[in-house]
Amino acid sequence: MDFSTITSDLLSGFLENLKLFGLTLAFSLPLGLLLSFCSMSKIPPIRWLAKTFVWIIRGTPLMLQLFIVFFVPGIVFDAPLKTRFTAALIAFVINYSAYFSEIYRGGIESIPVGQHEAGMVLGMTRKQIFFKVVLMQVVKKIIPPMSNEIITLVKDTSLARVIAVAEIIMVADRFTARGMIWPLFYTGVFFLLFNGILTLLFGAIEKKLDYYKV
Amino acid sequence: MTVLEVKDLRKSFGSNAVLKGVSFTLDKGEVLSIIGSSGGGKTTLLRCLNSLEFAEEGTITVNGEVMFDGADKSKHKEKDIRLKRLHFGLVFQQFNLFPQYTAKENIMLAPKLMGNESKEQIEQQTDALLERVGLSDKADYYPCMLSGGQQQRVAIARALAMKPDILCFDEPTSALDPELTGEVLKVIKGLKDSDTTMIVVTHEMGFAQNVSDKVIFMAKGVIEEMGTPEEVFEHPKSEVTKAFLANATE
Repeated sequence: MDFSTITSDLLSGFLENLKLFGLTLAFSLPLGLLLSFCSMSKIPPIRWLAKTFVWIIRGTPLMLQLFIVFFVPGIVFDAPLKTRFTAALIAFVINYSAYFSEIYRGGIESIPVGQHEAGMVLGMTRKQIFFKVVLMQVVKKIIPPMSNEIITLVKDTSLARVIAVAEIIMVADRFTARGMIWPLFYTGVFFLLFNGILTLLFGAIEKKLDYYKV
Repeated sequence: MTVLEVKDLRKSFGSNAVLKGVSFTLDKGEVLSIIGSSGGGKTTLLRCLNSLEFAEEGTITVNGEVMFDGADKSKHKEKDIRLKRLHFGLVFQQFNLFPQYTAKENIMLAPKLMGNESKEQIEQQTDALLERVGLSDKADYYPCMLSGGQQQRVAIARALAMKPDILCFDEPTSALDPELTGEVLKVIKGLKDSDTTMIVVTHEMGFAQNVSDKVIFMAKGVIEEMGTPEEVFEHPKSEVTKAFLANATE
C-alpha cells in the first residue's frame, strides 16, 4: 500500500462526498426557498405545518434522520430503499432544505417594506416585485450565512457513513482496521482543499455584488 | 376640470380613527399642499389614494372613474388595484430606490415590465426624464453613489415614468439634509410649470405657501382648514390652524 494508491482510494471516496454535496445543494436550494414561502404564508395551517417541519428537522440530529430515512421504509412499508446513497441524499435534502429555508426567510423579511411598496405604486405584480426587486437584494444579504451552511454541508457528508455509504472517512477507516491510522488524518486535507476553493468562490461572489448596497 | 374627488374618506387602525371624513377636490394642473403635525392623517390619506391602505368609508374618484368606494364591500382584486394605482404616483420620504439598479434602470424597470412601449421609446423617455430632474450625467450611477437629494430626484423621475394623473409626495424632503432640500423642491416647482397635478405632504411651509394653488391643513384626521395659500397662511379661521402656524413659522 503506497501513498498514491491510498490517495486514489481516498479520492474515490471523496468523490462520493462531492456527489452527495452537489446533489443535496441542487435539490435543497430550491426546496428551501419553497419552504420559506410556506413558513411566511398568509394561510395559518400552511405556516404552522412548515414551522413544525423546520422545528423537527432542526431539532433532531442529522445522524438520526439518516437512520430513519434508511430503515423506516423497510420496516413500515416493507419497501426498503434501493440504495444507501439515495437514502443519504433524501435525508440530506430534507435536513438542508429546513436550514436553508430559515436563511431565506431571514433574508426576505429583512428587505424593507418600502421596497415592496415602491414596486406596488409603480404597478408591478407581486411576482415581478419578488423576482425583479427583492430577490437580488436577498441574494446579497444571504451569501454570508449561506456560505457558512454550505461549508458545513461539505463536512456533514461524511455522516453518510453511518448507513454505510462508502464516503472518504469510511474508506480511510478500512485502512485503520489494517493498522494504518494516517490515512484517516489525511482525509482532512481533502476537506480543507475543497472548502478552501469554496471560500475563494464565495469571496469572489461577494466582491462581485459589492457594486450596490442593500 | 376636476381630476380628483375625495369624498368623506374614513379610516381607522383598530380603535384609532386616523381619517374622520376627509373630502376635497383637485383640478388638473393644480398643486395641493397638505400640512399639519405628525399623526394628523396626512400620510394615511396619501396611502389610501395609492391603494397601499384601504379606507372603510368614502369614495375616491379620478377623472370621473370611481377608484374606491367604501360602500362596495366586494374583495379588492389584485389586478384591479394594480391598474387603479397607475392613476397615482408616489414619491416616498425614504426614496425607496431599488439599490441593485442604476438610476436609469430604476426609472426604466416598471415601464419595461408593463410592456406597453418599445424599448427605444422607454429609453428615450427615460433620458428625457433624467434631464428634467437634472441628472443626465448620473444615469449609470447606483443609488448608493448618489446623494439623498439626487436619489429623491431619481425617485421623482421613476414615478413620472408611469405617467400618473396625480403625483403624490410624502414628505419628499424630510429625510434630506437641509442643504439638499432646495434641489428637490426646485424639481417639484419645475413640474408645476409643466402642468403636473400634484399632492405634496410637506413640512416646508415656505414651499407650501409659494408653490401651491391650494393648501389643506389637517389635524386629528380632519381637514381643519382648506383654501388658497393666502387664505390658509395669512387669514386662517380655525384656532388650531393659527396655533400650528404660529409654531411652524417661528
